[in-house]
Amino acid sequence: MLRYDSVDELIKAAEERDKNISDIVLEDQAQELGKSTDDIYHQMENNAKVMEESILDALHPHTKSASGLSGGDAYKLYMALEQGKSLGGSLMDKVLIKALAIAESNASMGRIVAAPTAGSCGILPSVLLAVQEDKKIPRPRMIMSLFTAAGMGMVIAKRASISGAEGGCQAECGSAAAMAAAALVEMLGGSPRMAGHACAMALKSVLGLVCDPVAGLVEIPCIKRNATGAINAVVAAQLALAGIESLIPADEVIDAMKEVGDLLVPSLRETGEGGLAATPTARKLAKKIFEDNKENG
Amino acid sequence: MNVFDIIGPIMVGPSSSHTAGAARIGKIVRNLLGQEPVEAIIELHGSFAQTYKGHGTDRAIIGGLLGFDPHDLRIRDSLNIAAKQGFHFTIKQVNLKDAHPNTARISVRDGSGKRVVVTAASVGGGNVVVRDINGLEVDFTGRSHTIIIPHKDAPGVVASVTGLLSSYNINIGKMKVYRKRRGGEAIMVIEVDQEIDQAVADKLIKLPCVNEVTVLNPL
Ligand code: SF4
Repeated sequence: MLRYDSVDELIKAAEERDKNISDIVLEDQAQELGKSTDDIYHQMENNAKVMEESILDALHPHTKSASGLSGGDAYKLYMALEQGKSLGGSLMDKVLIKALAIAESNASMGRIVAAPTAGSCGILPSVLLAVQEDKKIPRPRMIMSLFTAAGMGMVIAKRASISGAEGGCQAECGSAAAMAAAALVEMLGGSPRMAGHACAMALKSVLGLVCDPVAGLVEIPCIKRNATGAINAVVAAQLALAGIESLIPADEVIDAMKEVGDLLVPSLRETGEGGLAATPTARKLAKKIFEDNKENG
Repeated sequence: MNVFDIIGPIMVGPSSSHTAGAARIGKIVRNLLGQEPVEAIIELHGSFAQTYKGHGTDRAIIGGLLGFDPHDLRIRDSLNIAAKQGFHFTIKQVNLKDAHPNTARISVRDGSGKRVVVTAASVGGGNVVVRDINGLEVDFTGRSHTIIIPHKDAPGVVASVTGLLSSYNINIGKMKVYRKRRGGEAIMVIEVDQEIDQAVADKLIKLPCVNEVTVLNPL
């Protein structure tokens, strides 16, 4: 049985048996949940299906969030890139469109898969699905890599936190990017050790990121942080696949993330009272939303 | 914790606490009512009251009352669906004393005039805690198979319920009895390890002093 108390444990267990992290996590979880590996795999495949559907849900010009604060940006980006206004090339285009689309689907009450949370739900699927599409990777490989992502996420949840209210956005969008980076490395044939480095590098890049949603809603800055979080994951995976290492091991990075999270004052932990949420514009928006709520209440 | 706590749940957005948890609360209340609701007064407290529109908390609770699960896309359109089937509801912003920031008090009535009033909180990650049923303080999450039995407090009632469950080989994981006063209204909340058949519920309801039996299956 795996304990999921360190990334090191996952890497060593995979190396010992000359397997991928996803293989050992899948086997372990089948045991843990008292089901066959086939059953567990199919349940994950079902999650992947919902991820794929959530992209299309918001990819049209009329998407609007329940508050009216956001929506339509994924479509705007899609149109701009169709017209050849791309900076990052086809892979980056796909990642960005998908990340925005899934996050907008969530804000507009679409059906999503929390990964690890609803606020950060666009990062992991956008990266994996875009790369799968762009590099023509067989779907089962993509689905298996979700187990690697989940393994990393479990370690982060155990050692630190995956909740913005506890650890700030580093714990949500940071964890999602770290999970995605590790999964991406595995999907592209990198070693378990490389996956660990990718996890560490993605998390390092957003240490200290605060949770400051405007009006307390999962929209601003959350939707755009899904886009940057996805790119963060791609960068970390690219570096790791080139053999670049994080001198600070993943487990120590996760511990540092927890320490930073513990130091964050409550106004920077999802209360909607600090950071961007405390700016004059945000306060105006928040006031309007609270009044709207009263009117028809 | 398992992999599907990290990659999952599948849910209607945007918020696990304000949307998915709210839908769960609605669904639990519907099950406690046992019939199609025709009228509801939904009182929202704290962050629920302040942000319910932007988080779709109203639509999620109504959706739950209509029987939708937190992953059911019909939640998006639940206010219209409710209106179409003649289900009237009112949303109020209130201040409940010492309540968790994401608390709702829901009073629902079915066509026969039966009413239940439930207070519940959404405590994060889609998890909820039910705090009060019809003025009786309770405390359960609905994460396991749960049997809720409003009954009249009398000697032997608890033993007759547990006896019946054991005769069906149903293992009780956790059980609590709540009552206002001796000999008055009381509620048993029983968490068991397996799914409960309708046959068992039908037998339970026939036991002396048992008023109602609600079986909640984990979502
Ligand atoms: S800012 Fe807060 S609510 Fe928004 S994605 Fe980050 S952690 Fe979640």
